[in-house]
Amino acid sequence: MTVAVSMLPEQQLAVLNDAYRKAVARKRLRLTLATAVFFAVLVIAAIGAEVNPGTFVNKIGNFVSYFDRIATLESGARVWSDTGEWFWGWKKWLALLGETILISYVGTLAGAILAFALNFLAAENTSPAPWLRFAVRRLMEFCRTVPDIVFALIFVIAFGLGPMAGVLAIMIHSVGALGKLYSEIVENIDMKPVEGVRSTGASWTSCIRFAVVPQVAGGFASYTLLRFEINVRGASVMGFVGAGGIGQELVVAVRKFFYSDVSAILLMIIVTVFLIDIGTGWARGRLFGKDARS
Amino acid sequence: MTRLPAPDSVNLRDRYPDVFDRPLSSRLAIPAMLLGAFGIFVLGLVELEFSPARMLAGLNQLGWITMMMIPPDPGSSLPAYLVALGETLSIALLGTTLAAIFALPVSLLAARNIVPSNIFRFPVRRFLDSIRGVDTLIWALVWINVVGLGPFAGVLAIAVSDFGAFGKLFSEAIEAADRKQVEGIRASGGNTLHEIRFGLIPQVLPVIAGQVLYFIESNTRSATIIGIVGAGGIGLQLAEQIRVLEWQKVSFLILMILVAVAAIDWISGKLRFAIIGKRAVI
Repeated sequence: MTVAVSMLPEQQLAVLNDAYRKAVARKRLRLTLATAVFFAVLVIAAIGAEVNPGTFVNKIGNFVSYFDRIATLESGARVWSDTGEWFWGWKKWLALLGETILISYVGTLAGAILAFALNFLAAENTSPAPWLRFAVRRLMEFCRTVPDIVFALIFVIAFGLGPMAGVLAIMIHSVGALGKLYSEIVENIDMKPVEGVRSTGASWTSCIRFAVVPQVAGGFASYTLLRFEINVRGASVMGFVGAGGIGQELVVAVRKFFYSDVSAILLMIIVTVFLIDIGTGWARGRLFGKDARS
Repeated sequence: MTRLPAPDSVNLRDRYPDVFDRPLSSRLAIPAMLLGAFGIFVLGLVELEFSPARMLAGLNQLGWITMMMIPPDPGSSLPAYLVALGETLSIALLGTTLAAIFALPVSLLAARNIVPSNIFRFPVRRFLDSIRGVDTLIWALVWINVVGLGPFAGVLAIAVSDFGAFGKLFSEAIEAADRKQVEGIRASGGNTLHEIRFGLIPQVLPVIAGQVLYFIESNTRSATIIGIVGAGGIGLQLAEQIRVLEWQKVSFLILMILVAVAAIDWISGKLRFAIIGKRAVI
């Protein structure tokens, strides 16, 4: 079967083609300009960050050999040939890993409780007063923009060295991050139950308790588990500034060139993070069905 | 008005036993879980050496520190701080760009609709996962050993740790792309590379651009902290001033970081909407 493809007459076609070419040319020009600006910014940034491809090429061998060195025991053998020697400090490291997880657990839970208390004041539909909402929002913004490790640096001076500073730093950061996510969930609820409870003459707290909380509890729990996962990673570096956990050991090992210790501790951290990821993923799947796993 | 018949409670109880007589185990499940969570919390507080006395002393100290922070004052080092801030922004921009450039080809290998075979995809995914499992600060420590102290180590640290994150996010964006356009290219006689270039890339590029912009923003925050271990930027200044207890300078530096993050936030928001239009970024 033959199909006739209808062709427009030459004149009409020329007009259409012209318009098409013009549109494409305009788009290309914009794209070229944007790319040029982007590259200019990149070059300025490269100068600002003292990027030196020469150093990189010269030293990239170091990067590869670093992994070679951390995979070698002091005796010169490969680490996996003598696991006992490689993980010689496993008892101490496991205890510190436990402390790391505990730091992030206590920090996350305390942060979640505070965020739970604050977020109803920050959500547009439940906030009792506009000025209160504004104040709480700014407070939470401050809490999440300042990195947790900066809080840890300051708290180490105020509360002394140790895991307490780490817990408080993680708590403050979690209040900011969770408070925002919680209040976004609250803003998306169905308002009819709230009106129903309100119409019975209930107070603000009763409205929150009986109309809002049942709708949002699942979402809150899901975000809290996700935050716990993130905080385990965060807690693993808290020790860099003296705020407890496994980080202290790691930074000492890196700085003093205890190569096989570096790989042992790194491996333990990676495995722990994996297990926590899988565990919280499983818990979220169990609690809220498959689609809640994002 | 007609009266509704009174509910036949005996019959209802028989028909819906789950509603009226929930078994004890399901009634106790939530309180038990909450109690367990609270138990671990208290255990943690004890284990981590919390005590009311330490808490009070620390809060007192913190109050003093806050008092000494006011008013924020850079002293005579404002130019140095501005340079450091520029360095931080450069680290964030370069690190994210490098990560995105290297992650794009690898993410193709990790996407189910490009590489259907599980045997090839699995190692790529695990590789990306283990890179993501290591914090940016740890990568910074490693790179400092390799290229020496300074912002370049910071760029490489951010590039490596974001490479893992981008690889995962990009491959998810590619998997979510529509098959029809790819099939259209194949039907007109294109090979695999044509399919990727004309069928996939136009679909995923806006999503990817949105994610990259979002990461530049969040990396501005990360770039402020990698200075703490010596990888350049404003974090270096901040950590130094905290250690020598120059609180007025500390508060000024924190304000600078807040303003810079807010500015980047605003710019990247504008750019994102310009690229993908007014819709939510996933």
